Amino acid sequence: MKINFKLNNELVELDTTPNRRLLDVLRDDFGLTGVKEGCGEGECGACAVLLNHQIVNSCCTPLANCIDKEIITIEGFSKTKRYQVIKDAYAKLGGVQCGFCTPGMIIATESLLNKNPKPTINEIKIALSGNLCRCTGYNLIVEAIVEAARVGEGLW
Amino acid sequence: MVEAFVPKNLEECLLRLNHNDYEIVAGGTDALIQNRSHTSMPIGFKKPVIYLSLLEDLKYIRQIDNRIHIGANISLESILESEITPKILKDIIIEMASPAIRHTATLAGNICNASPAGDSLVGLYLLDALLEVQSYQNKRYVLLKDFITGVRRIDLLKNEMITEIIIPNLDFTDCYFRKVGPRLSDAISKLSFAGAYKLEANIIKDIRLAFGAVNTTVVRNKEIEKKYINKLVSDLKNNVENLVKLYEPFIKPIDDQRSNKEYRKEICFNLIREFVDKI
Repeated sequence: MKINFKLNNELVELDTTPNRRLLDVLRDDFGLTGVKEGCGEGECGACAVLLNHQIVNSCCTPLANCIDKEIITIEGFSKTKRYQVIKDAYAKLGGVQCGFCTPGMIIATESLLNKNPKPTINEIKIALSGNLCRCTGYNLIVEAIVEAARVGEGLW
Repeated sequence: MVEAFVPKNLEECLLRLNHNDYEIVAGGTDALIQNRSHTSMPIGFKKPVIYLSLLEDLKYIRQIDNRIHIGANISLESILESEITPKILKDIIIEMASPAIRHTATLAGNICNASPAGDSLVGLYLLDALLEVQSYQNKRYVLLKDFITGVRRIDLLKNEMITEIIIPNLDFTDCYFRKVGPRLSDAISKLSFAGAYKLEANIIKDIRLAFGAVNTTVVRNKEIEKKYINKLVSDLKNNVENLVKLYEPFIKPIDDQRSNKEYRKEICFNLIREFVDKI
């Protein structure tokens, strides 16, 4: 069936089955490989994207749930000023090591700051509760988000 | 590959349900994992699918008189953000899943999954949740405790779906929720416990306890609860071991990969003790 949605600020149309994971559609049909498959079970957050500007796991989002919705992946988000601030904060505070979880972490950061521009440490931890990082131990990521909220004040 | 339908409203959806035996998918956060196939392959559903994603008419939460009506297709996050959601339900939702899951998953999905470890179920049993179930021809109401008939077994005909969850707006003095698991969000509970009470001048007017993942379905026993109504709080606190003994025959957990039955039983009793201690 014909499926229409907005992807990274462009209207797109696909003729495919709605019985596909958004993750596969993004990677295979659009080449958006910033969206990673980690666990494939909604536990690690490496596949996170924004659906109507809220974080979702694309591995457990059927394409059917994207009809007439807006999807933003890390590729689309990377063209914004907000991304620049978050990226610089992660780099400055050492919130990145191997980088596999980073696109998902940045999506989680944006989903949080968009709703809550001045989060507490506890609110940041809850916002990251669906994203696993096996390198940094989270403290540096939490500090990076505090820094991003401070430096980017007014952007959210 | 199975057929898929994305009805535009409830009427179209109910009409479609008359045609075949469908898998009904709302958020999909459990359904996609249970039907996982291989990377880049279609989702491995075994029967045709109806997606509820366009059913805006079931995305609501509202209070009518002293009852809260929750549409079957509203996300956990929207329920969490609503001012009229009871505290016990908010406490559960914030711990039961990560933000990414909460943005899409639904209460009706958690109910139809009918897992003994379903976190929202302890809260909904505690609140005596009532379900509105509809087919194209009929509408009926069933208590959640009667709707769930066993492990992953529910009282739902092929042409029916849950359309609304109804909970009374109760005025508890306080409530308490504990999820026991290796990780709060996302991990499936080893066990879960919800308790609530209402006091008037140190007299217990209402007390409720519900246990998840310790039997085939959520355990709640109104006979035991009744024994403590109109009793002094101090009587309960001084005899908490009696309460534990009353629940013991109903706490029958299993061994599985998440935990073992001895641990579950002991922790369950400790949670009763902690709940009473905090009253």
